[in-house]
Amino acid sequence: MARSKAQTQELLDSYRTMLRIRRFEEAVARHFRAGDVHGFVHVSIGQEAVAAGACGPLGAGDVITTTHRGHGHCIAKGADPEAMMAELFGRDTGICRGKGGSMHIADPALGILGANGVVGGGIPLAVGAGLAARVRRTGTIAMPFFGEGAVHSGAFHEAMTLAVAWSLPVVFVCEDNGYAEFTRSGSWKGPTVADRARSYGMPAEEVDGSDVLAVRAAVLASAEPARAGDGPRFLVAHTFRFSGHYEGDPEPYREDDDRALWDERDPLAVARKALGSRHDAALEQLGEQVAEEIDAAVKRAAEAPYPTASEVFDHV
Amino acid sequence: MSETPRYMEAVNQALADEMERDDDVILMGVDVGEAGGVYGVTKGLYERFGAERVWDTPIAEAGVLGAATGAAISGLRPVAEVMYMDFISVCLDPIVNQAAKLRYMTGGGVTVPIVFRMQTGGGRSGGAQHSQSLEAVLAHIPGLKVFCPADARDAHDLLVEAIRDPGPVCYVENRRLYRRRDDEWDRPALPAGQPRIVRAGEGATVVTWGRMVSETRAVLDELDGAAANVELIDLRTLVPCDLAIVAESVRRTGRCLVVHEAVERHGPGGEIVARLVEQVLWHVDGPVRRLGALPTPVPYSPPLEAEMLPSPERIAEAIRALLDD
Repeated sequence: MARSKAQTQELLDSYRTMLRIRRFEEAVARHFRAGDVHGFVHVSIGQEAVAAGACGPLGAGDVITTTHRGHGHCIAKGADPEAMMAELFGRDTGICRGKGGSMHIADPALGILGANGVVGGGIPLAVGAGLAARVRRTGTIAMPFFGEGAVHSGAFHEAMTLAVAWSLPVVFVCEDNGYAEFTRSGSWKGPTVADRARSYGMPAEEVDGSDVLAVRAAVLASAEPARAGDGPRFLVAHTFRFSGHYEGDPEPYREDDDRALWDERDPLAVARKALGSRHDAALEQLGEQVAEEIDAAVKRAAEAPYPTASEVFDHV
Repeated sequence: MSETPRYMEAVNQALADEMERDDDVILMGVDVGEAGGVYGVTKGLYERFGAERVWDTPIAEAGVLGAATGAAISGLRPVAEVMYMDFISVCLDPIVNQAAKLRYMTGGGVTVPIVFRMQTGGGRSGGAQHSQSLEAVLAHIPGLKVFCPADARDAHDLLVEAIRDPGPVCYVENRRLYRRRDDEWDRPALPAGQPRIVRAGEGATVVTWGRMVSETRAVLDELDGAAANVELIDLRTLVPCDLAIVAESVRRTGRCLVVHEAVERHGPGGEIVARLVEQVLWHVDGPVRRLGALPTPVPYSPPLEAEMLPSPERIAEAIRALLDD
């Protein structure tokens, strides 16, 4: 199918977002191994098309909540990679003043209501943001991201119950990246994720989560009725977690043929293929720009001071 | 002269006034709307403010409190009701891991102006899952404030303060006080964190909160001689809590007992006693003591429940023992 000029531009813009996420996550993994990034770190390499495709069409006032694997969503929603990197380095210049870290990374001023260390924990928060949007008549929507591992949790079901009961402007985005921690998707008997959503009376679509324009189109189609007061919508994006569950995960559970999928599922490769060779020079230049941006973010983070001990009581 | 409001009317009045003053204040909870609340506390508010301000919710506490927290970081000031304090067990994640920590985790990027309204009230055969005083569970969590009004004046004033607070605040009512009027309704409002001397005395200090304030006062009114000369202090709020007034009292009286309806073992009294002892060790005539409920689930049968909770008899006994120290 031929693409319009506007679609090509969208694809180029999305490619840039995805590349920024990829390079950011690669730097995070590298600096985790070097001991600069602490604690528990989960990177989203392989899932960039969901973040870029879903956040791309959102407005400044729209809000997201995300998961323990949330760096990509934050970057796609506009968070500053330098402040994010400083956060992961535990520095005072961090996006949360070094108080949150990877699993609690957030920038509420940009509508990023935070990653969450509790699986499913962010979903009701987004529904509450949807409630606030309705009460305050802001015309904004809320978009919780969560994995398919969260759909067994009570928080997920209670959040869907409320969003449907109150016709809230919420677009649920389930990222099925193949694994819930160490357990393959589909290991538990029971309805599919989309069918669970449909059973609540919510329209649900499944989309190829490696195809950024497909994700974008699905989000646009869902966001419009949700914003207009027609109630929540639900998307399942089938994506691919290239990394382990956490950095340092030896992945004994990974099946041999798993990585063979990579070439066809890598969202950057998919986008690049769709763009063809016509943009090679521009993409080469973009690659350099992004590498510089992330290198600078790392450098600044490493140079930034740690918070002073007296800040421990700030913001309790 | 018109009658002063009952405790539950004071709660209702505070809600109505704050909703009138600030459009961002909303109520949420099971049957808080059209039904007016399981004990009638929110009666009339749905009719007055409508369904976009007073939200009847499904019985989905974790979802509702999570949504209330999400609404609080998105510009609203929700007052979310947990029908019985016991039910915090099914929604501790939004209270403990989300609301209590969001301001901190975001480095001050958000405030969480939310009130978790809940009520307790043992002693009426509510059974083990409808009678617990779990304020220590909440007070233990950094980021949560815990208000425990003992009378109508505080039921009103502390709720107003809770709603205006950057939060989150756990506001704990005691349903056995709902019908009570306040003899001292006309006293000025005191801020949270400041204990109140309810009854002056020189022989000993009793510190308590919630229903145990009136319970202890009634006991003291019945005692004679030295036993009647006891100072009674209402702590009012567990977090924040400035114990300076209490410590000053204990230095003066030389004796102190902390009374609470919560289970004594690992209960809130232990913390208060420890903090007091750090300040008054060389000023007391004996150990600073505690009296709380026995370490059992709350039994249903009236004589068993009376045995388990701090009764007037046991409070009197504890005061006499204190004076013998």
